[in-house]
Amino acid sequence: MELIQRMLLGEKRACARLITTVENDPEEAEKIIREVQKYTGNAHVIGITGPPGAGKSTLVDKMVKVLADKGNKVGIIAVDPTSPYSGGSILGDRIRMQDLAVNPNVFIRSMGTRGYLGGLSKYTKNALKILDAAGYDYIIIETVGVGQSEVDIVKTADTVVMVMVPGLGDDIQSIKAGIMEIGDIFVINKSDLFGADRTATEINMMLDLSMNMDRRPPVMKVTASKGEGIDSLISEIKSHINFLKTSGNFEKRRSDNMKLEVMDLIESELKKIVISRTANENKLETEVGKILNKEKNMYEVRDEFLKLIG
Amino acid sequence: MRPIRVLIAKPGLDGHDRGAKVIARALRDAGMEVIYTGLRQTPEQIVAAAVQEDADVVGLSILSGAHNYLFPRVVDLMKKQGADDVLIIGGGVIPEDDIPGLKKEGIAEIFTPGTTTTQMIDFIKSNLKRTVN
Repeated sequence: MELIQRMLLGEKRACARLITTVENDPEEAEKIIREVQKYTGNAHVIGITGPPGAGKSTLVDKMVKVLADKGNKVGIIAVDPTSPYSGGSILGDRIRMQDLAVNPNVFIRSMGTRGYLGGLSKYTKNALKILDAAGYDYIIIETVGVGQSEVDIVKTADTVVMVMVPGLGDDIQSIKAGIMEIGDIFVINKSDLFGADRTATEINMMLDLSMNMDRRPPVMKVTASKGEGIDSLISEIKSHINFLKTSGNFEKRRSDNMKLEVMDLIESELKKIVISRTANENKLETEVGKILNKEKNMYEVRDEFLKLIG
Repeated sequence: MRPIRVLIAKPGLDGHDRGAKVIARALRDAGMEVIYTGLRQTPEQIVAAAVQEDADVVGLSILSGAHNYLFPRVVDLMKKQGADDVLIIGGGVIPEDDIPGLKKEGIAEIFTPGTTTTQMIDFIKSNLKRTVN
């Protein structure tokens, strides 16, 4: 495809068009990714996650300036929520990244979650593959503002930066399961606010309780709006990727994530096959009726559908 | 059908973004993905963002009086990028006399105070230059 050639040569418009396609059209996406996957795997993928208003976009803006000034090509995927009512969305992460728009080494793409709940959108990984193939050295994925359990970013990124702010809750919040477990680096942003030291201490104490850690995540105090702590954050990110590569965890993490992606593909393809083979006869409807009438249980029905694939 | 992607931008130096935000919100409620880029954008920034976001529509809001310079500049830069399948519309406090000239320069429609959000939504839906199927 001509568009793919242009994307591989670094043309932003071609890259943008391909992202639109892989975000919207699963059949075309398959054709494109079949061709480009061999060019992927070179980018260092950094996930930036944290609650709404923590300063993720501002932090990304400052980080990317440092990375791009050193000659790196940086792609950004910024995810914002989609309305459950209208299907529309306001994607506002670019507001904090205005200067980056015209930087030739930077590409920014906003995405709506479109009903997907893990903090990303269903097709964020497709968009990531396009940027990876287009030769971006770093790809930063900014999740939606997360609550406690949106952890998909850990299945997508090499390094997860968890952005916290002072004053969100007591130390019990920091020992709960979920997002507090997935950070490779913890950032306390808005560290010029009261309570930053305390938040840092609480997170440090939480981290010190964890056994079985190959690497204890650092906790960094940053004030992104003033550009304070950005350089040290970048060095920590680099040191994390070095750690992954020297410890063998890099291959393991990527392989674990790819296994999940392949299993997802198999699952959705199987579903498609079952649906296509039963579409004409309302089988699902009939069988569900039997479950509700207590003639069958749902596992019996599952087994019957699986026989169709046989 | 995929959602229509609209980039809403405020070129130039005025700081009045209430209108742009009302529009962004109305388009959101009409099921569109609205990329809001914030205040004080140069035409170059707007066009770069429109290209990267692969926007179907660029909506420019201006209240400073500089529309006769800034709007055509955005159209020109979009053409230079080969992005001529993007619908470009404008809005704000714009004198009637300036509207024919702006349309000649390639702004598809100018929405002045009093326009309802429904009118704008309908205009976008029926004037897209790309299919969204």
